[in-house]
Amino acid sequence: MGGLAGLWGSRRFRGLVYQALVIGGVIAVGGWLVRNTLTNLELRGIATGFGFLGREAGFDISESLIPYTPADTYARALLVGLLNTLLISALGIVFATLIGTAVGVMRLSGNWLMARLCGVYVEAVRNVPLLLQLFVWYGLVTTLPGARQALNPLPGVFLSNRGLVIPGLDWSGGGWPVLDLPRLAGFNFTGGLTLSPEFAALLAGLTVYTAAFIAEIVRAGILSVPKGQVEAARALGLSKGQTLRLVVLPQALRVIVPPLTSQYLNVTKNSPLAIAIGYPDLVAVSNTAINQTGQAVESVALVMGVFLCISLGLSALMNWYNKRVALVSK
Amino acid sequence: MNRPGRWIKANLFGSPVNTVLTVLALALLWQTVPPFLDWALFSASWGGGSPESCRQAGGACWTLLAERHRLMLFGLYPYDQHWRPLLAMALFVALLAASSHRRCWRPWLALAWGALIVVASLLMWGGVAGLVPVETAQWGGLPLTLVIAVLAIVVAFPFSILLALGRRSELPVIKAVSVGYIELVRGLPLVSLLFMASVMFPLFLPEGVTIEKALRALVGMTLFTAAYLAEAVRGGLQAIPKGQFEAADALGLSYWQTMRLIILPQALRLVIPPIVGQFITCFKDTSLVTIVGLYDLLAATKAALNDPAWRPFFVEGYLAAALVYFCFCFFMSRYSQWLEREVAKGTR
Repeated sequence: MGGLAGLWGSRRFRGLVYQALVIGGVIAVGGWLVRNTLTNLELRGIATGFGFLGREAGFDISESLIPYTPADTYARALLVGLLNTLLISALGIVFATLIGTAVGVMRLSGNWLMARLCGVYVEAVRNVPLLLQLFVWYGLVTTLPGARQALNPLPGVFLSNRGLVIPGLDWSGGGWPVLDLPRLAGFNFTGGLTLSPEFAALLAGLTVYTAAFIAEIVRAGILSVPKGQVEAARALGLSKGQTLRLVVLPQALRVIVPPLTSQYLNVTKNSPLAIAIGYPDLVAVSNTAINQTGQAVESVALVMGVFLCISLGLSALMNWYNKRVALVSK
Repeated sequence: MNRPGRWIKANLFGSPVNTVLTVLALALLWQTVPPFLDWALFSASWGGGSPESCRQAGGACWTLLAERHRLMLFGLYPYDQHWRPLLAMALFVALLAASSHRRCWRPWLALAWGALIVVASLLMWGGVAGLVPVETAQWGGLPLTLVIAVLAIVVAFPFSILLALGRRSELPVIKAVSVGYIELVRGLPLVSLLFMASVMFPLFLPEGVTIEKALRALVGMTLFTAAYLAEAVRGGLQAIPKGQFEAADALGLSYWQTMRLIILPQALRLVIPPIVGQFITCFKDTSLVTIVGLYDLLAATKAALNDPAWRPFFVEGYLAAALVYFCFCFFMSRYSQWLEREVAKGTR
């Protein structure tokens, strides 16, 4: 047998060759891309680097959790966007979990009518793109009546084309907060918390869409608990509610938590759809920044970095929780 | 008590909680169903006409669909050439239906799909056999949605198998590259990936080389779908017992023979539901190309509603588009359930 053919017959040698080829390929493609990018940037007269973050942004942002004016820097504008992304994701996760759990449990309830209704909801929502649903929600919110004819479904809650106004807490007095009820004054509301139409539409869309997926996860989790467990609990004299709370849910959580984590991540990753209806989240702000400065590479890298951090952080949190509910086998 | 009576008592009024739920559900139905039926059927305006006739009718404006369905379905594709994408879609649906019969699972089916791709692209592009050439920039509506979804899935699937095998590989470099790619892409929102594809691809390419907007979006969709599909495939690979690998080794099969003949046929069969779930997600996600300025079904629907006179009837327009998306997604999920049962027949 020839030397080379013998070498090729060795699995280790072949492995080394393949790996060397992959490394070479990655370096070659990467280098080619970097070289092209640098040439193109030079041609367009765009300086690389994150220096633009310190420059004045010069554009306004419609809603912000922290004080912001167009005179602030790009860095602060991006921070405003990031906070908006975090806010919508956090609220979306909370509401979707509540509704999704309720629907999932309801779908398994002995009540035929409720189970069917929840089934229709899940199938209808899961099979239609989220962006389409967002357009509908946004359309519905903006065609609501004006502030003076606002819908008033609950005391202190007003729905109008100015958005959703809910009671807020007033901390300005010091010490205990006072409930701050919104009132109509002139053509708009004063007091309370105002959620913009964009925010309200995005929150409704994300919540309703994700809740349908969470409902299926909860249902699968509950179904994974062997029937004997329920029968045993009932035989011990536990009520239906106690059985669900003390026996079924703790075991179902083990099956539920891992896919639930990926749904939570989906909420954050779906929140940039905000850009389609004009809610200033991180991706929307960074897009404006790209259009103004041309610093596409840096902005995209920044957004990617932030989303990777959010993903990793949320995964770590959910993994910690998963460890707590996981089965401890001795 | 007779049987229906017993059934109603057991399933609707079995306990106090149950009764409350039933009453709530009935109240909800009473509040929503009659007004909806009135809006959608009795007060609706049907057939052709103007937005004015809709406003007088007061109910749903199906006139919108009668007047503007061509724009919604085909986007900016030249009006007198609409029969071409229509024919391409009809061929696609026919072949899809044929593929769902086990009788048709023969080698010719693969050839038929190859032929379909050629015929459909010729129909869409034109430029041969006396067909007027149509640039991809003018493609739109449902054909564009289907083209992006089908091509993204067809290209991403083999790529995802390589990625999944790479992630399970014993070679550290190949494993690291695969893990890095999968986790990086899965950590990113599709919207920013599509933006990256539309903003940065022009920067990545040598000077003077440009690629079309539709192709850029397609590359973005493919890269994204591949990462998620790879994770689904990995789930199947992990479920294969070690003995299968060892037996293949003992028979003297090479790595690729082992994978092709022993491991993948078993692994892919196990993960049909998550894979089809990912196909469904990909199909729905094609709607995001709206954001980077392509005229897919959703964007074309939005464009049809741009006219201020028609804008008040956006619910009707979006409802129609939603129904189209729903039909495709629902078909896929039902097909996956059937396929799962069908391929399990041999193992029983």
